[in-house]
Amino acid sequence: MPQSLVKPSSRISVVAGRAHRRLGTLGMVCVTIIAVIVLTTLLAPLIAPYGPYEGSVADRHLAPGVNHLLGTDQSGRDVLSRVIWGARSSLLGPLIVIVVTAVLATAIALTAAWYGGRVDSFLGRVLDVLFAFPNILLAILAIAIFGPSLLTASLALAIGYVPYSARVIRSVALRERNLPYIAAARMQGIYGFVITVRHILPNVWPQILTGMTINFGYAMIELAALSFLGLGVQPPNADWGLMVSSGQSSLLQGYPEQSVAAGLAIVVTVAAFGYIGERLGGRRAAGRVR
Amino acid sequence: MLTIDNLELSITDPDTGRVSEILRGNSLTLAAGEALGLVGESGSGKSMTLQCVLGIEPPGSSVGGRIELEGRDLRALRGEELRRTRAEDLALIAQNPHSVLNPVLPVGKYLMEGMSEARSMPKARARLRSSELLRSVGIEESERVLRSYPHQLSGGMLQRVVIAGAISAQPKLLLADEPTTALDVTTQAEVAAILDEKRREAEMSMIFVSHDLDLAAAVCDRLAVMRYGELVEIGTPEEIRDAPQHEYTRELMNARPKLHPEEA
Amino acid sequence: MRYVISRLWSLCLVFVVSSFVVFSGMYLVPGSPENFLVQGRTVSPEVLASIRVQYSLDDPFLTRYWNWLTSAVQGDFGRSLTTRQDVSNLLAARLPTTLFLTLYAGVLVVVFGIGLGVIAGTREGVFEKIVVFGSNLGFAVPTFFAALLLMAVFGGALGWFPVTGSGSGFGGRLFHLTLPAVALSLPSLAVVARITRTSVREESGSDHVLMAVARGVPRRLVLWRHTVRNSLLPVTTVIGTHLAALLASAFVIEYAFTLDGIGALLVDAVHRQDFAVVQAIALILVVAFGLINLAVDLLYAVIDPRIRLGKAA
Repeated sequence: MPQSLVKPSSRISVVAGRAHRRLGTLGMVCVTIIAVIVLTTLLAPLIAPYGPYEGSVADRHLAPGVNHLLGTDQSGRDVLSRVIWGARSSLLGPLIVIVVTAVLATAIALTAAWYGGRVDSFLGRVLDVLFAFPNILLAILAIAIFGPSLLTASLALAIGYVPYSARVIRSVALRERNLPYIAAARMQGIYGFVITVRHILPNVWPQILTGMTINFGYAMIELAALSFLGLGVQPPNADWGLMVSSGQSSLLQGYPEQSVAAGLAIVVTVAAFGYIGERLGGRRAAGRVR
Repeated sequence: MLTIDNLELSITDPDTGRVSEILRGNSLTLAAGEALGLVGESGSGKSMTLQCVLGIEPPGSSVGGRIELEGRDLRALRGEELRRTRAEDLALIAQNPHSVLNPVLPVGKYLMEGMSEARSMPKARARLRSSELLRSVGIEESERVLRSYPHQLSGGMLQRVVIAGAISAQPKLLLADEPTTALDVTTQAEVAAILDEKRREAEMSMIFVSHDLDLAAAVCDRLAVMRYGELVEIGTPEEIRDAPQHEYTRELMNARPKLHPEEA
Repeated sequence: MRYVISRLWSLCLVFVVSSFVVFSGMYLVPGSPENFLVQGRTVSPEVLASIRVQYSLDDPFLTRYWNWLTSAVQGDFGRSLTTRQDVSNLLAARLPTTLFLTLYAGVLVVVFGIGLGVIAGTREGVFEKIVVFGSNLGFAVPTFFAALLLMAVFGGALGWFPVTGSGSGFGGRLFHLTLPAVALSLPSLAVVARITRTSVREESGSDHVLMAVARGVPRRLVLWRHTVRNSLLPVTTVIGTHLAALLASAFVIEYAFTLDGIGALLVDAVHRQDFAVVQAIALILVVAFGLINLAVDLLYAVIDPRIRLGKAA
């Protein structure tokens, strides 16, 4: 039977089977959770029962019920809807962070690994200095200078994440770079840039991906913390970190719905990304033990 | 003195649940003061046999058969009794001396621990004895070595320390697991000679695991050939060399590197 | 010794560069530095003049940096741009709470992180599963969320602990800062417990531990001297970086519990756009962060003879 006649569904099941072996059952659960969250985010207008800003103070602190599955907040807005809408900024920030981190870290790492020598040690020094800065402090400083915004916070965090990612990628790239086939390619007169992109990049790709997965969770927590402090996403926007914060007084008055729902959304997302990251990155490390 | 009767070992992989048979019902006996060479290629179950004697086989193992030391069933020992037997009657000399000494403790501690903490010798006496032991295995600067950390010493030096630790108890049975394999070629012979000499002096029995048929023949009274977890042949070095019974033994004999081709 | 000097040297370099970043960040904003520092507040000409002096705005750029840095090193961070209070005095009043909170959380991380990790690493069964699950979940719980939950449960519903203020006297502080310290320590505690457990498991399968068992060394010694002790060596580095991180992330907790630490002051200063205070705190945190990390590296070298003594020929 020609390849093209294979039903797409069976091809999906092959991919799923491979992913299952790699991630384990719990890992597949995590992938599913993330897929659901992402879908929810994209389809928010269709899924969310109410708009993010809809509601009147007359309906404040309604208990969970048929009309409001997770109740309402102190302004009478539907908590479930705000959690769904809030997923947008809550996921967007970390997404910016991991993409920017991956691009910068990869560029620096591959440059350092390819040129070696002075370039390598200079870049290493720069990374060392950057490493000395606590991530979240870098973000706070940037916010103090440029004013509170999700983009500022995300970019500053991304810069803070670069040193670690770059080091990991560099070490793998360096190992690859020193293999004989790279030397052979160079002797054939292929440009360094071409070799790097065509041969080294594909080999460090797993590291980049693992790093992105792990960083996503950290970035989500730190950005949520900044929103919690009022230095990230600004009210009345729906954002998980911000919702935990603005639900604080309600929580202490005995209406925990808003803070708890938003907080749990963060916990579940971060845990899912964290577990997948650990499975992806840990396999290698686990292989070392016996 | 030592009787191994129908020893079986299988290990279950905790992840896949696959069971692999490592030892398939081997029996052998060892007389007092006798040295038995256990030879065969890697993975044939030689080291595992030693681990079964000591009761330190890897997790997931199930062991069948009996191992008796002077009439006592070693596999039935538990707790304090097992510990004392390991401390007093048995001694292991492992392959890689760099990995069997705790890297963050000085070498002296290793010897002291074996004597004073495992066998309750008074500390002061154990300290004196440590230097004596080191000198007896040919280490002159014993005080310096006792203060050194494992990573500061060469493999040959460390293996002498391990031998010193092993003979310190005057055990009934030495279990040597490829004791020279991890060493430089130049020190291999020395270490093997020291081990041989110390064993004969104290009339200890020994099981000597090696993949080197000639080395085993040089230090042992009898040789046992293992393959795929099975004991295929047992006899004196002369019998094995001159009249190998099993086909595998013949292969093994022919596979030896020959210094003098005309010999063959 | 060479190692120590080279580490100190690179730390100095880090301090110089990061102080430069902290200082010069404000010049990245378009517009004049006065405008940035004043941020649209109406100020009297005298105040504006004193701000110009504080940042020596009439001097060339590098001189400005030098003046700022030298006075900062002498403990003079100038005056707050909003309240005109002396920044050093502000910090001095706030520092004890932050230090107490961080140390308290650090102790919790060390005691419970290592404790749970060792127990989970040395015995199997339900307890181990709980620790593994808890540590996987623990790092995913943001400190501020944990803070709110603790506040609601132990402060509000059960009423066991106060939820605001830092208390006075050692006992009072201990009492007031318990919930904040627990919240702050949770993620690090989870990571330390997990790493300790893995490390203990790896170590207990190592050759030298197996050898100790084979030599009849008593169980207790095999466990503590050979397994736990060795497995904690790599854990110390992890703990060190986490202690530094506790200090750097204490401000979230201070803000949540409205404590009077320098972290809450930092958040406050960012809200009030008081850049002088922000700069001072950022600088102090970077220095503390660097010093803690240095201390950990040196400590590691001391406790591990392989690094302390180097390789002998």
